[in-house]
Amino acid sequence: MIHRFSGLFKQTAKRAIGLVAFSLFLIVNISQASNWNSPYSDDKLDHQVYYTSFSSPPKHLDPVISYNSNEWTFLSQIYEPPLQYHYLKRPYSLEPLTLKSLPRIRYFDKAGSEVSADADVAYSEYLFELKDGVRYQPHPAFVKQGELFKYHKLSKDQLKSIKTVNDFKMTATRALVAEDYIYAIKRMALRQNHSPIFDSMKPYIVGFDEFSKQVTQAFKDQIKVESSNSKLSYFPLRDYALEGAEALDDRRFKIIINGVYPQFLYWLTMNFFAPIPWEVDKFYKQQGLIEKNITLDTSPVGTGPYYLAENNPNQRMRLVVNPNHHQEFYPTDGLAENASPELLNDAGKKLPFIKEVVYSLEKESVPLWNKFLQGYYDASGVSSDSFDQAISISTGGNMELTEQMLEKDIQFLAQVQPTIFYFGFNMADPVVGGYSEKQQKLRQAISIALNTEEYISIFLNGRGEPAQGPIPPGLFGYQEGEQGINPYVYEWKKGRAQRKSIEQAKQLLTEAGYPNGRTKQGEPLTIHYDSLDSGPDSQSMLNWYRKQFAKLGINLVIRSSDYNRFQDKVRKAKVQTFSWGWNADYPDPENFLFLLYGGNAAIHTDGGGVNGANYDNPEFNRLFEKMKTMPNGEKRLKVINQMLDIVRKDAPWSWGFNPKALALYHSWLKNVWPNALANNTIKYKRIDMEVRDQQRINWNQPVIWPLVIVLLLLLISIWPLTKAYRARQNTIISSNKTEAGGQQ
Amino acid sequence: MFAYIVRRLLFAIPILIGVNLITFALFFMVNTPDDMARAQLGAKQTTPEMIQAWKEDRGYDKPLFINLQASGHGTITQTLFVQESVKLFSFDFGQSDSGRQISADIYERMWPSLAIALPTFIIGLVTNIAIALLIVLFRGSTLDKVTMAVAVAIMSVSGLFYIIAGQVLFSKMWHWVPISGYAEGLDGFRFLILPVLIGVFAGIGAGTRWYRSIFLEEINKDYVRTARAKGLSEIKVLFGHVLQNGLLPILTGVVVVIPTLFMGSLIMESFFGIPGLGSYTIDAIRSQDFGIVKAMVFLGSVLYIIGLILTDISYTYFDPRVKLS
Amino acid sequence: MIIDGITPVFLWTDLMIWFLFALLIIGVVQIRKDQQKAQQWRSVFESKTAIAAALVLLFYFMVALADSIHFKVDPKQTAVNKTMISGLDMLFSHLSENSERTYSAPFALNEYSSSVVFTESGDVAQEYLPLKHVIQDLNGDSTLLYVLQQSSWAMMISLILLVVFMVFHGYQKFKALAHSKNRDSSKSLPWGTFYLTLFSISFIMGWLYILSFDFHVLGTNKVGEDVFYQSLKSIRTGVIIGGLTTLVMLPLALALGISAGYFKGWIDDVIQYLYTTLNSIPGVLLIAAAVLVMQSIMTTNADWFGSNEERADMRLLFLIFILGMTSWTGLCRLLRAETLKISQIEYVTAAKAFGLKPITIIRRHIYPNLVHLILIALVLDFSGLVLAEAVLSYVGVGVDPITPSWGNMINQARLEMAREPMVWWSLFSAFCFMFILVLAANLFADRVQWVLNPKNEK
Repeated sequence: MIHRFSGLFKQTAKRAIGLVAFSLFLIVNISQASNWNSPYSDDKLDHQVYYTSFSSPPKHLDPVISYNSNEWTFLSQIYEPPLQYHYLKRPYSLEPLTLKSLPRIRYFDKAGSEVSADADVAYSEYLFELKDGVRYQPHPAFVKQGELFKYHKLSKDQLKSIKTVNDFKMTATRALVAEDYIYAIKRMALRQNHSPIFDSMKPYIVGFDEFSKQVTQAFKDQIKVESSNSKLSYFPLRDYALEGAEALDDRRFKIIINGVYPQFLYWLTMNFFAPIPWEVDKFYKQQGLIEKNITLDTSPVGTGPYYLAENNPNQRMRLVVNPNHHQEFYPTDGLAENASPELLNDAGKKLPFIKEVVYSLEKESVPLWNKFLQGYYDASGVSSDSFDQAISISTGGNMELTEQMLEKDIQFLAQVQPTIFYFGFNMADPVVGGYSEKQQKLRQAISIALNTEEYISIFLNGRGEPAQGPIPPGLFGYQEGEQGINPYVYEWKKGRAQRKSIEQAKQLLTEAGYPNGRTKQGEPLTIHYDSLDSGPDSQSMLNWYRKQFAKLGINLVIRSSDYNRFQDKVRKAKVQTFSWGWNADYPDPENFLFLLYGGNAAIHTDGGGVNGANYDNPEFNRLFEKMKTMPNGEKRLKVINQMLDIVRKDAPWSWGFNPKALALYHSWLKNVWPNALANNTIKYKRIDMEVRDQQRINWNQPVIWPLVIVLLLLLISIWPLTKAYRARQNTIISSNKTEAGGQQ
Repeated sequence: MFAYIVRRLLFAIPILIGVNLITFALFFMVNTPDDMARAQLGAKQTTPEMIQAWKEDRGYDKPLFINLQASGHGTITQTLFVQESVKLFSFDFGQSDSGRQISADIYERMWPSLAIALPTFIIGLVTNIAIALLIVLFRGSTLDKVTMAVAVAIMSVSGLFYIIAGQVLFSKMWHWVPISGYAEGLDGFRFLILPVLIGVFAGIGAGTRWYRSIFLEEINKDYVRTARAKGLSEIKVLFGHVLQNGLLPILTGVVVVIPTLFMGSLIMESFFGIPGLGSYTIDAIRSQDFGIVKAMVFLGSVLYIIGLILTDISYTYFDPRVKLS
Repeated sequence: MIIDGITPVFLWTDLMIWFLFALLIIGVVQIRKDQQKAQQWRSVFESKTAIAAALVLLFYFMVALADSIHFKVDPKQTAVNKTMISGLDMLFSHLSENSERTYSAPFALNEYSSSVVFTESGDVAQEYLPLKHVIQDLNGDSTLLYVLQQSSWAMMISLILLVVFMVFHGYQKFKALAHSKNRDSSKSLPWGTFYLTLFSISFIMGWLYILSFDFHVLGTNKVGEDVFYQSLKSIRTGVIIGGLTTLVMLPLALALGISAGYFKGWIDDVIQYLYTTLNSIPGVLLIAAAVLVMQSIMTTNADWFGSNEERADMRLLFLIFILGMTSWTGLCRLLRAETLKISQIEYVTAAKAFGLKPITIIRRHIYPNLVHLILIALVLDFSGLVLAEAVLSYVGVGVDPITPSWGNMINQARLEMAREPMVWWSLFSAFCFMFILVLAANLFADRVQWVLNPKNEK
């Protein structure tokens, strides 16, 4: 008996050791991965693969609805709108993507005769001509069997083996035609597609509104008749004509705009205007596919350099090069002033270089940063908390990589983004709002007290520039140096803009009627601040805001809420002060100044407007209308400067800051150049595979000694345990001695 | 037996209706359909027309509990609550607010959840029982006291610390396992080993103490004393009697959690980037996606009720004295 | 110091924690009256670990109490941007009023990371800025030496405290000896452990307190607030959530549990239905949903709250109720089962036969037999709830972001761990303070359960 048990014990011990060894063997050998800690199953590849991450699962991949940079990182590699931004040129400029040349624009007056741009224009006509040889990715929707489409009426049998859209046995392609662009524009008008920009486009494209009403109602009736839903029912949009957008033949189409709208060209770089083949739309409207989450919203079909080979939004997205991609070449000119000439090393070569892109979902910044350092991501933005590790600021005030980063030969690029984060005052509020001189001074005082430089240094580790007005750097209308500063908050001293002292702010506050931050009753002025309540950082951020106001003796009461509630309050003008931001849609000052245009004020638009501060200055509004349609030049700059003077004095925002994008990337990634407006940039990049493979192995050698120690400890402890065990085995404990639970 | 199960399942219906009532009431106290539309449309400029179109499309244009515009029993049936509940009871989860098919998503995300929850559960159970048996064998000795002290200490540390420390040590400093991520099939082993180990370790404190007390209770029973008096060795007593009889309360105690393993572990999954149902739920709460929240609450309740029924069945199975009536 | 122009105010949670304190006092008085109970509780403290744990718990509770006396600050008198301060804030005014700019390590004299400085000549330099509120002039001594010197003060204070206690204790003993001739023969309490624990607590806290005038003993966080002070402030949140949650739902659990067990029939059915339904909703989902509802109510009625503190307090209060709402079901089920059992006992059936009113039977015969269950539930739930707070804050449905709490600290620390070199002290402090509290609560709960549970009577 005894021997049997001890034998068993020994055997188990042996087995345990064997098992540990075996599982170690498994870890290393089962997968194709090069290292123990490789997050990829198969990373020993012979073609160029680019590894990157995404931070939240894409909700919509249908270009008609997607309006989110997270989603556009995928979509822009797949779809091709008519125009794109030049990869290297600064200031940003447009170039044709699927067109032979930039569209030809003609202007007409009411009578229908052609006039020049500065005359009384009633319509502008844009004429587009497509490039040859642009074809869609291989896709089952195009497969024909005789006259009919093979997969447009799928049977249960056909569906059985289908898990994703890439599981179909046969695929086909077809050439891009002008009608596909028109079809995409018509899809916007269909309310059931929930296009986020339709209401912005409605006033511009001729006949868009009537068309929308007509097709939306027709579709509604159709759904009712079929007792179906909008996801399942296919609506024949091609049968309805839209006055402002039509195809002339397979190669050419035209769009007619009401009046003059120079910014329209910028919209044509966005995925909303990417071509949609009607066959594809129809193909996806099948019950069996919808049940498997195979829809146009999850499985895009485009003419771009890549197609979506794997769609697992909660884990991994994979793009593979599109075999039908048209001839496209790396730019040969347009290098910006301060750019490295190495960027032109690949000039004139055929795009794309990278054959496969693997995106992994990375919600937390900690693993993202660590995996980048381990070499598993090729590039990374820098979160504020990893900043000290990566970048230090040199004596010249420039950012430099730290020793550790240099050792790994990591590269970086910094660029101020066309984005603004501002602190807004509700101009409709009786205390912080209003246009009288006293009220202006209160806001100016607060603007001085809110030390943006400190905010940038604490919360962004220097990755930002204090804003001097609503227009961010890099856009027309932004001015550097002394003439560009906001004279109500800054002074130009010793060759740089310096924030006015807190004493000056206190002085302004006294003039505003609040000496030492007290109201007439002697109570401290209380101001409410609405904020988003999210993220671990929010507590310290809120405390920081309170501290800033305390400098003036003002009591800041914070009301934090979730995003829905926050938006709701701004919309209904129920806030006093709040923080918000705006990301450029296109590189034109109009896109920022319209945030302050009275016509967009939340209170005037029933909450629909983007002017959350409810700023409404008649003079500013008048100048805005004038500036809107002007071409860039001296005249326009003058108007813009006038507008800036007005808003700086009124101070409806404390201008906040423009964030800096900081891209860190490994030395094996080539042709990296920050382009805040273009999303389709992967095609330009190239990877040196050998260097990467080598470095990954060098950097990820597992530290074995703790494992050895643990194993040794286990082995050592076996002996005394066995001994004690044997001793225990033989004793027969008298029953009374045992005691349950409890300490002595 | 069969009749009993049917009756219990029938009893589940009012409970599930109650659960739905609570979910609907709570959710729509916070959100109006307009909020939901705005959250989903997420555009820079959302117009009233867009919101109206979205609500009609998703069926959120109906009133919540009582429809005064409809006639007859339509006042009750033509409402969001009844329409959606009926769908839920037929396990038709419909589409999420962002437009994805929820059933397909649940089916897909169930496996990663199981891949982490099941090993944690089984290894944890075995480890805890083994340790508990060992210290029961050495009861009263220093080993017992030290182990118990360590168990209390392990219990007293927040699970968040184990996760943070585990990631820093094993992934960041020693390069043993990937810091986060997931892969299907055998390769997933590398990703799962750390969360599973942490899960097991965090559970050792409470588990060991519980099983130890069960075994000790068993060991003091008369039949064990008789066995001992007969001169059986301690080992035989322990394995022959104590373990066998102690397993009953243990198994009946854990049966209730088995179905809920499907729901996944919220914290583990979001820390380790595992695309399971736990992170699905938490994402849905954060983005206030009602479609998913109601489906997951419903599913969780169903699984809980199944767990209760399983517990009852296991009682009769293990202990013939108990009869289900 | 802010002494003038202050008036006391009471937050809701203040009232509740003082109510808890009053309950404890009443409980102690009641127990002392009752010979049998007094003996039972005495045996709780016969364990060395229990007495040490109790002392630690008492210390935490005292800190929470000190942090629960609030005074309204007359804004005319001060420039501090706070509308109210607590007793603890007064003790630590040197920390609460002075904060640094950003991170600094424990006992550091300079900031943790370098920052850009414009020199007088207009150049830019990279410097580790000196901290503003630490001792800068050490007279040439090293930090270590200075710290050692200061430590002797702490040692002295704690020794004095110890002696005072001993003298008092000795006097009591002497008095007892003089008055009663027949001392009962039960085991004496482990006074050695008691004094050792007392000394440790007072020495460590005294040491930290004295040094906190000259250093940031546990470093500073991202916006330069002292981590030691933050950890101390977090105690109140932890104790309130741990201690009050079970208490607020107790009346409901008692009423429903007893009526279900006693009246049976349809009442039982309804109550069972109620708690099965609540129980079957996954806990975190229910809590998250309830917290979101609460937030939306509070946002729409933002005018209810004059200050941030009041708003944060209301959120804490709601959170307690919500946690209670989800956790009362367990206790209710337990009480129901126990009541069912007791109702079968002969003297209860006899009382029923005599036609006594149900309320009388419940009060006289049933309720007293449930007290131990309630006490055990109270102490057992405590540690779990303190831990739950951290998890909820991680999920984003915990206390208000401005309420100091360990959950909030851990949540922030997650990001700090990714820094290189690591910012470890926030996590470390939260870990220590939380671990000690939970450990003490667990140990004490064990002992209470062991002594009070009638099953364990020998």
